Amino acid sequence: MKPTDIADPDYFHKVVDCQWACPAHTPVPEYIRLIAEKRYTDAYMINWHSNVFPGILGRTCDRPCEPACRRGRVEEEPVAICRLKTVAADYKSDITDLLPQAPKKKNGKRIALIGAGPASLTVARDLLPLGYEITLFEKDALSGGAMRTQIPRFRLPAEVLDEELNYILDMGVNCRFGEEITSMRDILAEGYDAVFVGTGAPLGKWLDLPGHEEAKDNIHTGIEWLASVAFEHISSVGKNVLVLGGGNTAMDCCRTSKRIGGKEVSVVVRSGFEEMKASPWEIEDAMNEDIPILNFHVPKRYIVENGKLVAMEFEKVRKEIDANGRRQLIPTGEEPAILPCDDVLCAIGQENSFPWVERDLGIEFDQWEVPVLNKSTFQSTHEKVFFGGDAALGPDNIITAVAHGHDAAVSIHLLCEKQDITKRPNPLTNLSSQKMGIHQWSYDNDISADFRFAVPHADKQVTLNDINVEVELGFDEQLAFNETMRCLNCDVQTVFTDKLCIECDACVDICPTDCITFTQNQKEPKLRTNLLAPAENDEQDLYVSDLLLTGRIMAKNEDLCLHCGLCAERCPTNAWDMHKYLFNTAKAENACQS
Amino acid sequence: MQAEKYPRKTAATMSYINKPKFKHPQMQTNDIGLTRRDYEGTLTTLCGGCGHDSISAAIIQAAAEMSLEPHRVAKISGIGCSSKIPSYFLSKAHGFNSVHGRMPSVATGANIANKELYYVGVSGDGDSASIGLGQFCHIVRRRINMLYIVANNGTYGLTKGQLSATADLGSRTKSGEESQFDNIDMATLAIELGASFVARSFSGDKKQLIPLLQAGLSHKGFAFIDVISPCVTFNNTDFSTHGYKNTWENHIALSEVDFVPMREEITTSYAAGKEKEITLHDGSAIHLHKTGNDYDPTDKENAMHHINAHKKQGKIATGLLYINQSTADLHELQDTVDRPLNSLGDQELCPGSKALNDINNTFR
Repeated sequence: MKPTDIADPDYFHKVVDCQWACPAHTPVPEYIRLIAEKRYTDAYMINWHSNVFPGILGRTCDRPCEPACRRGRVEEEPVAICRLKTVAADYKSDITDLLPQAPKKKNGKRIALIGAGPASLTVARDLLPLGYEITLFEKDALSGGAMRTQIPRFRLPAEVLDEELNYILDMGVNCRFGEEITSMRDILAEGYDAVFVGTGAPLGKWLDLPGHEEAKDNIHTGIEWLASVAFEHISSVGKNVLVLGGGNTAMDCCRTSKRIGGKEVSVVVRSGFEEMKASPWEIEDAMNEDIPILNFHVPKRYIVENGKLVAMEFEKVRKEIDANGRRQLIPTGEEPAILPCDDVLCAIGQENSFPWVERDLGIEFDQWEVPVLNKSTFQSTHEKVFFGGDAALGPDNIITAVAHGHDAAVSIHLLCEKQDITKRPNPLTNLSSQKMGIHQWSYDNDISADFRFAVPHADKQVTLNDINVEVELGFDEQLAFNETMRCLNCDVQTVFTDKLCIECDACVDICPTDCITFTQNQKEPKLRTNLLAPAENDEQDLYVSDLLLTGRIMAKNEDLCLHCGLCAERCPTNAWDMHKYLFNTAKAENACQS
Repeated sequence: MQAEKYPRKTAATMSYINKPKFKHPQMQTNDIGLTRRDYEGTLTTLCGGCGHDSISAAIIQAAAEMSLEPHRVAKISGIGCSSKIPSYFLSKAHGFNSVHGRMPSVATGANIANKELYYVGVSGDGDSASIGLGQFCHIVRRRINMLYIVANNGTYGLTKGQLSATADLGSRTKSGEESQFDNIDMATLAIELGASFVARSFSGDKKQLIPLLQAGLSHKGFAFIDVISPCVTFNNTDFSTHGYKNTWENHIALSEVDFVPMREEITTSYAAGKEKEITLHDGSAIHLHKTGNDYDPTDKENAMHHINAHKKQGKIATGLLYINQSTADLHELQDTVDRPLNSLGDQELCPGSKALNDINNTFR
């Protein structure tokens, strides 16, 4: 293998598994350490700069960071990264003085943002401090997009939502709310320097089965129904409710139903329980509220009596894997299941939809009616039109929308500065030693062996009777501290200097997880099997040095490194040292500084 | 933020921390269900980079691979950096940290009382070649069934780097003092005095050291391993013959050693004439792969010759230097009873006046 190039900004970034997995690349271990020190405001601001909505995401994020967490590989459960973010948001002090200000003197550029969801608001947040004049269009009367309409208030209280939305709106946005856009041509005619489309995926899918026409008053798409509940257009539901679908929207639908009159609420999914798309913790929360989940039930028809929906018929199936390894649902031949219902909520998917974008404007769409985009700039085939969030690449999640927003803001800024928007700014990185004494580090390397702490919940009797009462109470300060001590500080990197190494094996002998091997250089696959402990996780790199005195190399398996720093403590020559690697993606403000 | 408000401690913290309990998830368990981590001792307090830590690590690895039951091992040492090592491996084994240079006496006594344990004596060049040289000579001569390790760094590390009796002629201390005397070569001394297993190795070369430790533990009789174990703080200069650099460059394996535990079927095969197999008393085997020089470790004179010839060229001969499996150990020579003496009860130890009379009658 060739020696590892640690100057590549991605190399150590990849070692910080949580940050690497996060679409917005939030420096997770850095803010977790600040929470441990009770520096909640500082922890919040690191989040705010990176992911814009820490309080909201702390409650609603899909948490791509947690399955990536190294703790899950060396123990069982990842660090509760997401809920620690909530702690930073809930315990911080007033941050208004720390927020960037939009300059009074504008730069003369006008940007239109369509849809007031997380993607557009991120673009606004990034461009306002640079002097841009931002006009934000929203069909609803309030901002927030899916964060307001699709996430129920018992998961995301209105005050948390409004607080973080207002940090951006208060910078000075021209809000044109309650105004449905019907023509992109009209928007372009207003002469904006750039237009950003962040309209989400607002089209819920219907399940068009026999009986749909007669029963349609009592059949709803999940996202539209949740929006109606959020805006208080709907305040009740029938006694028996069936929720079709196994994603997070289905979990929000069933739990909302329980709170506005549903007595017998069930979730029904076509395939197996394990194949459900919803986050495991959301499934768990629904089941905790005594909502049964029926799997292997394929919906067949709506049963209508006297012009009113009374039940649905389902075919029972089982799973089989066919010769091509594909999953098949085979009818079991049992009697069909007839499940009584007053209302059916279809949460079986959603799509983005652009009936309002005329097709002769130079904005191309592909065969699935999805806009053709450059995936790193988010620019469409029209130079001034950008897409982000669900509108760009289909339904995903809030943190992805935020990441798109940052990237699109960079593109818009480069465009307005008449620079090449495909030349992306480098990330901001810093690698510095944490050594403070012979055995003293600037970080706490004495990691707790505790298992993951559970977030306390409010009393079910209370939460089920009031749709606005938040279910999760969040960690208190002590629990939060205990949880922070589980973090392995993966951003404090083991940096090896081959010229200093005397090959004494001290690091090899002390390493708790057998990460380090001195051996003959070989091709990577062979080297992976010949290490002290085999490196079977190909997603994790090997850190390989140049040739040492004995003609061997140092090969470190990054996969299971605890970042405990013992190799560096035992190293007599400082060939190993612990360096903190800070990585931040470049935002619009960093884009034109070269 | 007030420091006293911190729940536990400030972010900056003193280490050493305890070695984290997390281990490699695919770490193998051995025949008795233990992992290598279960053979560890307390965290070392030696200098970082000390060769002695690699010796502990090698013993841990060797014992784990052999599935030794820790309670069947006794660790005995004297005084010095070397003699701290037993704390750092097999914390579940028996241990006795004795007086300077007196490890052999304690080991002899323990071995006589209970011959069923594995005895691992760990000593240093000061402990065995200076203050304890007499004791060393006699334990070799008495053929105690044990593994005797000398962690040899050519210096008195604990008293800040004076020349020891194993320092080579011309080797210099960190402060520049040159050794004016010839060194005591522990390996040739052991062969001379009748040790039946003599090896030399290097703490940095675990590939060689681990099988030698395993062979030494399996060998019935007195097994001696002289391990060059650099003192990283006081004797690791370019003008020291016991430093890492000199040892890496000049140690020459007379043969490569593999250890095959008795439970394993011997499946590896090497080209004829390239390999020698030595079966030990407990059924395990040593495989010697020849490295060019046709070395026969069963020939005493040949062994002495090779060690000296290498030394003349500034080289260090390592590997299995000498083995003789026909030597009886102390218990065989003394014809002791089959059961360990410490398990004998009052009845057996004090059989009464009739038995005494019977014995006395045999002398009349």
